[in-house]
Amino acid sequence: MEYIPESRQQLILCCECGTAIPPNPANMCVNCVRSIVDITEGIPKQATVHWCKNCERYLQPPATWLACDLESRELLALCLKKLRGLVKVRLIDAGFVWTEPHSRRIKIKLTIQKEVFAATILQQAFEVEYVVASMMCPDCTKVMAQNMWKAMVQVRQKVDHQRTFFYLEQLILKHNAHQDTINIKEVKGGLDFHFAQRSHAIKMCDFLASMVPTRAKTSEQLISSDIHNGTSNYKFTYSVEIIPICRDDLVVVPKKTANSLGQIAPLTLCTRVGNVLHLIDFRTLQTTSVTGFAYWRSEDITPVCSMRDLKEFYVLDVELLGPRHGRYALADITVQRMADVGRNDCEFIVRSHLGNLLAYGDSVLGYDLDSANINNANFEALRHEDVPSIVLVKKSYSERRRKRKNRNWRLKTLDKDDGELAPKKQDKEKLEADFETFLRDLEEDPELRQNINLYKDAEAAQRARSAIGDNDDDMADSDDGEDAPEVPLEELLEDLKIDDEDDEEMDM
Amino acid sequence: MAVRAQFENNNEIGVFSKLTNSYCLVAIGGSENFYSVFESELGDVIPVVHTSIAGTRIIGRLTAGNKNGLLVPSTTTDQELQHLRNSLPDNVRIQRVEERLSALGNVIACNDHVALVHPEIDRDTEEIIADVLGVEVFRQTVADNVLVGSYCSISNQGGLVHPRTSVQDQDELSSLLQVPLVAGTVNRGSDVIGAGLVVNDWVGFAGMDTTSTELSVVESIFKLQDAQPTTIVGKMRDALIDTHS
Repeated sequence: MEYIPESRQQLILCCECGTAIPPNPANMCVNCVRSIVDITEGIPKQATVHWCKNCERYLQPPATWLACDLESRELLALCLKKLRGLVKVRLIDAGFVWTEPHSRRIKIKLTIQKEVFAATILQQAFEVEYVVASMMCPDCTKVMAQNMWKAMVQVRQKVDHQRTFFYLEQLILKHNAHQDTINIKEVKGGLDFHFAQRSHAIKMCDFLASMVPTRAKTSEQLISSDIHNGTSNYKFTYSVEIIPICRDDLVVVPKKTANSLGQIAPLTLCTRVGNVLHLIDFRTLQTTSVTGFAYWRSEDITPVCSMRDLKEFYVLDVELLGPRHGRYALADITVQRMADVGRNDCEFIVRSHLGNLLAYGDSVLGYDLDSANINNANFEALRHEDVPSIVLVKKSYSERRRKRKNRNWRLKTLDKDDGELAPKKQDKEKLEADFETFLRDLEEDPELRQNINLYKDAEAAQRARSAIGDNDDDMADSDDGEDAPEVPLEELLEDLKIDDEDDEEMDM
Repeated sequence: MAVRAQFENNNEIGVFSKLTNSYCLVAIGGSENFYSVFESELGDVIPVVHTSIAGTRIIGRLTAGNKNGLLVPSTTTDQELQHLRNSLPDNVRIQRVEERLSALGNVIACNDHVALVHPEIDRDTEEIIADVLGVEVFRQTVADNVLVGSYCSISNQGGLVHPRTSVQDQDELSSLLQVPLVAGTVNRGSDVIGAGLVVNDWVGFAGMDTTSTELSVVESIFKLQDAQPTTIVGKMRDALIDTHS
């Protein structure tokens, strides 16, 4: 007969409560162990996470802000890092308990293990509740509180139009010089750039100085100072003044300054404003350049006529004289005021640098100095024979352009803050006129275009296509004669747009 | 009667004391608190002796003994041996043992009739144990532990063994010892019974951490509830008279 050992369960008494239990490392029943030790001790059951209402990011101490969804892996990691006592136990499981999103509470269920007595591992599950406290992150604070800027660059130009700023805006966009700005504010006579750091403002000033002749003035305002450690908090303001002379301005140069600029004639035209000022004597084709430094030294080179004073003339005859300089050729041009055409025979023979560009029948823009009302001491001081009655400035295409309103290109714009006041109606019209002039300048002058980015306008292309079908006569009309200057298609950039429709159009 | 005690904030009182039916050894501590617990319970019945063994205080683990004799390790100094001879009753034989396993308290568990010993103990030592202590010697383990002295505590009334001792092992040990055994703990779940508990036929001492449940197990298995030294002595006297006549 086989011996079958009887396997009786051997029991001991729990040392606390005396119930019979199988022996375990603690020699204590589970309930007693639970009642004696709480392994979740030292782990907070409630915690706070900080959350920025504006950008919807969570604060990961000490200073990182993370964007994470509710019940996401990232949020769980962030929440677990908040629990300080968790390093002393073994984390088995963690998961979210659903809570109403508007309740501003996050609940997490944790399962942990910990060795309590010698070789006794206890496992326990518990919940931790997080209160989502609202706290604005420093980035948002800077944006919201507009006095958070540390440095400001005030760019001003003492002229009565905005074209320089349109150009400057495009330059800034192309070079991405505005990336550090907190805010860009439009004010009367210019723009204000706000920065969080002084170095960013200095960088901006340098950028502007490399683009146009400027004069900068620094001022600082003490906000607070700590006498204990000798640190103080300042606000810096950089006042950047742009040279008040623009393209196509008629400029008077006093004799003394003219001598220092290579004996240039006292009355010159400004052809271009780069980081220096380019002047041309329209009667001899002599050119000179004026640096910002030279200009601000005496500050007596003054514009007498500008864009707004341009009058239109009709070209009757062009007689080239021979000398050429770049795209300019000296010529005697016979013109008649547009208003006089067909009324009288009042003709003028004008010496001009536009011999290459003009032909019989063209219209040209110029300054009529006989009828102009100029209040300028330097101009008064000029000898009478130095002052011509008409100065031709540039060819005019306005008749043609009026028909063709649609451009196949467009410009990007900066995000600007209009300030407190919306512009008045007449200001708005003036602004639009200035912008139109700026766009025309771009079309006519490839040199001006090369510094900035022009983008293809997909909508305009579509409009043009539909327009061709509708009015063929219009097309025929624009075919005759000389075409107005256009921006060639190869100079335009494709705008980055994530859109399926766009792709289709490209294929067509 | 079972009493709780503590030796210098340590609950393992079996390490620092040795209790038999005819004498009690107590380690020399910084204060007399531990000694006075024993003295108050035993003072007028059996001698309570301060001693050290080989200059150490862990006398409970180094010595083994019952009412007949006391075994001390070879490291015991002559002075200590002389002190013990002077202090213990004359009928208690004291013997130095040349044994590799010198912590005799750990490797020998005995009452006045039977001793359980470490399975690898020397044959000479085994003979000395049988001779000096007047016991039958069995090489045994308790819950697969070779240190039988550490993991059980036995008297002539009963015995407490390691909590993981299986029922079969308990039955086997119980049949060898001829006393009832129970698996249990002392010092709030500690399984080193020999270190946490010293017991003789009428009184027991356990560590301060011992819970009332554990203490009641101890009292019931060692039959300490209404035990009186005099009745025991009376019974023993009868038995002695029987054997000697």
